[in-house]
Amino acid sequence: MITLVKRPTPSRLWIVLTPLVAVLLTMVAGAALFAMLGKDPIEAIRTIFWDPLFNPQFAAYSRPQLLVKAGPLILIAIGLSLGFRAGIWNIGAEGQYIMGAICGAAVGLAAYPIDAWWVFAAMVLGGLAGGTAWAMIPAVLRVAFKTNEILVSLMLVYVAENLLASMAVGALRNPEGGGFPGSRNLSQYPAAANPELIAGTGMHWGVVAAFIAVIFAYVILSRHMLGFQIRLTGQSPRAARFAGVNAARLILICLGISGGLAGLAGLFEVSGPAGQISIDFGSGYGFTAIIVAFLGRLNPIGILLAGLLMALTYIGGELAQFMLGLPASAIQVFQGMLLMFLLALDVLTNYSLRWRKRETA
Amino acid sequence: MGSIDPLVLLAAIMMASTPILLAALGEMVVERAGVLNLGVEGMMITGAIVGFVAAYESGSPTLGFVTAALGGALISLLFGVLTQFLMSNQVATGLALTLFGLGLSSLIGQSYSGLRAPLTPDLHIPVLSDLPVVGRVLFQHDAMVYVALALVVGVWAFLKFTRAGLILRAVGESHDAAHALGYRVKLVRLCAIAFGGALAGLGGAYLSLVRVPSWTDGMTAGAGWIALALVVFASWKAFRVLAGAYLFGGISVLQLNLQAAGSKVPADLLSMSPFLATILVLVIISARKKGATAAPAMLGRVFHASQ
Amino acid sequence: MRDRDGVTALLTIDGLTKAYPGVVANDSVSFSVRAGEVHALLGENGAGKSTLVKMIYGLVKPDSGAMRLGDAAYTPANPQAARSAGVAMVFQHFSLFDALSVAENVALGMESPPKMRALSAQIRKVSEAYGLPLDPARTVGDLSAGERQRVEIIRCLLQDPKILIMDEPTSVLTPQEVEILFKTLRKLQSEGTAILYISHKLEEIRSLCDGATILRLGKVVGTCDPKTTSARDMAEAMVGSALHVPQASPSPKGAIKLEVTTLDLPAKAEFGTSLRDISFRVKAGEVLGIGGVAGNGQDELLAALSGEALSAPHAVKLGGTPVGQLGPNARRKIGILAAPEERLGHAAAPDMSLTENALLTGAIREKLTRNGFLKWRDTEAFARRIIAGFDVRTPGPDNAARALSGGNLQKFVIGREVLQNPEVLIVNQPTWGVDASAAAAIRQALLDLAASGAAIVCISQDLDELMEISDRFAALNEGRLSVPRPTRELTIDEIGLMMGGAGDMDVAAPEVLA
Repeated sequence: MITLVKRPTPSRLWIVLTPLVAVLLTMVAGAALFAMLGKDPIEAIRTIFWDPLFNPQFAAYSRPQLLVKAGPLILIAIGLSLGFRAGIWNIGAEGQYIMGAICGAAVGLAAYPIDAWWVFAAMVLGGLAGGTAWAMIPAVLRVAFKTNEILVSLMLVYVAENLLASMAVGALRNPEGGGFPGSRNLSQYPAAANPELIAGTGMHWGVVAAFIAVIFAYVILSRHMLGFQIRLTGQSPRAARFAGVNAARLILICLGISGGLAGLAGLFEVSGPAGQISIDFGSGYGFTAIIVAFLGRLNPIGILLAGLLMALTYIGGELAQFMLGLPASAIQVFQGMLLMFLLALDVLTNYSLRWRKRETA
Repeated sequence: MGSIDPLVLLAAIMMASTPILLAALGEMVVERAGVLNLGVEGMMITGAIVGFVAAYESGSPTLGFVTAALGGALISLLFGVLTQFLMSNQVATGLALTLFGLGLSSLIGQSYSGLRAPLTPDLHIPVLSDLPVVGRVLFQHDAMVYVALALVVGVWAFLKFTRAGLILRAVGESHDAAHALGYRVKLVRLCAIAFGGALAGLGGAYLSLVRVPSWTDGMTAGAGWIALALVVFASWKAFRVLAGAYLFGGISVLQLNLQAAGSKVPADLLSMSPFLATILVLVIISARKKGATAAPAMLGRVFHASQ
Repeated sequence: MRDRDGVTALLTIDGLTKAYPGVVANDSVSFSVRAGEVHALLGENGAGKSTLVKMIYGLVKPDSGAMRLGDAAYTPANPQAARSAGVAMVFQHFSLFDALSVAENVALGMESPPKMRALSAQIRKVSEAYGLPLDPARTVGDLSAGERQRVEIIRCLLQDPKILIMDEPTSVLTPQEVEILFKTLRKLQSEGTAILYISHKLEEIRSLCDGATILRLGKVVGTCDPKTTSARDMAEAMVGSALHVPQASPSPKGAIKLEVTTLDLPAKAEFGTSLRDISFRVKAGEVLGIGGVAGNGQDELLAALSGEALSAPHAVKLGGTPVGQLGPNARRKIGILAAPEERLGHAAAPDMSLTENALLTGAIREKLTRNGFLKWRDTEAFARRIIAGFDVRTPGPDNAARALSGGNLQKFVIGREVLQNPEVLIVNQPTWGVDASAAAAIRQALLDLAASGAAIVCISQDLDELMEISDRFAALNEGRLSVPRPTRELTIDEIGLMMGGAGDMDVAAPEVLA
């Protein structure tokens, strides 16, 4: 019979190893799933993980997409990871992402057709403010009334989605759009556009921001008192209070940062790859980023890699949909399985498995 | 707005509240055992699709509901094994269950979109159903409405009067003490989790088989999360779950009716009203001093028997 | 089976062995208990007492060895089986449910309890028969520590046990309550119940027990008749060497450092204690001992002094400066340091390294940050100083706090505060669950710190410890503090009265304060 024995010190080896084993197990289970759907499993796995990067037929289109998809995922996940580490559960990043896009786009649309450098700068601030403000709702309610931030932040996703729908057909609708829903296309308005910075790479300002966020989070977590307080609060809240951590301030900071980053991701998306505010702008990045944050072990470098991997499953999934007729939801299941396997294997970081003879007593 | 008949409204509320009532009741039992399962949305939607598929293929709504309960329980055991035996974080695992459930249901349901579920007949209870006005409003619903009400009473009595209910509450109050007295904490919790999953599954199936009644992707649309909020609102008490569910059912029916009646309030604003109401209720409950202390002491805490 | 005196043994333990990874908790332990005998199980923390009783109670299965109950082999698969065989246990911690009623708590400890109403009547009857009055309808979380223990005892008595195991039962009782407990136990003994009594309090064992088995590092190192063996001999058998007794060098008491005046603090937690009208002063070089039964406001008082809980500004003063509104770090800056009772999760973060744990309270006084950025090298050096200065046994400062034994981690926690040269140091249960040599070292460190001119408040439930190191003594009872009195003048009866809350009646004169 197998028993679990708590390790005296968390295993460094397994902290690194669990995501890799989880990816491997997900590939095996995913292959089985694809086989059940009547697809050749090997070909499906190859189409998802290999072809987007290395098949000359697709790579030219797919490779830049990697950064385009990974950028918002990483940006949001970095923000979430700070809160998750402190035991502050913002799971409404999708709502903050939408609000950032709405506010940022509103700034840009209001400035139309002014052609000046500050338009985009003001939009960035608008996106930041929109996301932060949306996250401040659960933060302030938690601090003032101890209201559960998980539920409030999540409810606000549905509220944001409804606002988005109302904006797309109402306030932000393109007056020259012939009554169709959706705003003006910002990517065709140079002062407000977030273009590809280096042709053929997919690099845009959002990706730059994601890289900066990774470095920022890394420094904060390993070298700054704020990072120490975040980690301490997550591990032992009572010890944190004893160490003089101001819990209310930490909640405001963590939710503020994660909301702000999610808002920025939304703004960079709406002014770049998406181009406009439309009813279906919300793409689920805010939820997938939760998987990215955990898959990256809530560690900035890990999140960078996890974001790229998750972006690959998106692109590969689309390719598999197109090439093999694999349903889009299969990729969603695939991502869900990845998170499940990861959480299941996590036990090995803190516990070691031991075989014990059957009890004789 | 004169076109809204209050009696029809009341009858509609009983139907509209049934899914969240079932899901919240199940989650309440889970939380009383000290486990926080945030995967209600995922379990509900799983129940919605497997219930629909079973009912559609067999033509029997009853079989659909049974399958939905089994499906919900089965997927909840995924959460159970991960959190109880592999000691994973309950918040993260619950979220994972929701994401997984949404994906899985969408995969299963891709060829069932737009089909109509077989009709779940309304009960005709002799005498009661024939009462003027009251009979039509209260006593001419499908069986699940009454099953849900019976479950409220059943859960209440189970927790209050039975030994198994006492043990379940004890496990939720202090798993260390329960373990020291020889109770099998993980087994008790696993059973509670499966029960919660079954009820969430039933709730989901009620949506796809009665309320809508057809399958659409992501059709639970936040109902699972509202159910979670409802448990907090109800201070972990069965009859308050009932009251809360009818309240929320009332809000969603009312806003739908207002939309249909062509109210001046924009439709999007009306659609978000149940979620805003949930936030409001959560704030009111948490602002009250006593609200938080009703929570089971071990809620969300990991149990591992020390040596 | 017959033991050495030729009397039938009720419980025979024969060669029980239980090993955990890295440690043999019980190594071939054998002894026996007769019906009607009160048998003591003696040993330090970590000697293997609790593993042994867990095996007898069916919570842990032995790797090898056998037990017999009466004439039959006894192999309880779980506590339910142990209870049906007639073995009952009163736990030191963790076996009551705060939010449930007394009757529900009792029912949970029984195999087939009667209906609630009948059970309530039974509880009333039995509790009165044994002089332990108890209201079955009350919520357990609202009971005092002594009453909570009654719940556990009644739970056992209702099952007519043949053997009653009691794990450190007096650690939560006042001396008067101990007397009541002993009366109950003697009554049970006269009815033929065997009692297995676990304690490290030697005088108690001498007055109560008929036989004793002494454990050290998992092995039986001796048996004795406690009535005829001196406490010192038992202690040395327990520890295995001559004990070092801490020495206080009498130091001149200086100016008043810490002054607490009419401190009131409402309870934060649901079953917490409110602090009421607490006043005391501590001078430089002085140790104030604060006794009391667990759960009478010890944690709350520590929080109010450390700054985790804020109070009226003038309720707490350092050298005349009001600090009641300052948080933990602001108090650390001016020299008020503290070491809470709970080592893992309060004084230290279990999963963090010792270096990180050194930073936890040392950041300010040791200047371990610059503009908010951490100076890891200096922090590690500070951790190394603690490890070296307080003989903390660990492979190095990178190890997680939870990997340390209780004694070593406690030395680290106390050392971390002492090395920061506090003006005032507040400690709660500084030697709880710590082996004797580590306890002696910690007490010595506190006395040395006082001798160097710091004021020390030592909150403890170990009266022997307080008698040993404190200059003055006061007791907490339901959130009120008795008037502090010089330790030397106190008798055990007076201490008992102070702990029971009656101490102020006859010594209410305010001049005693100064």
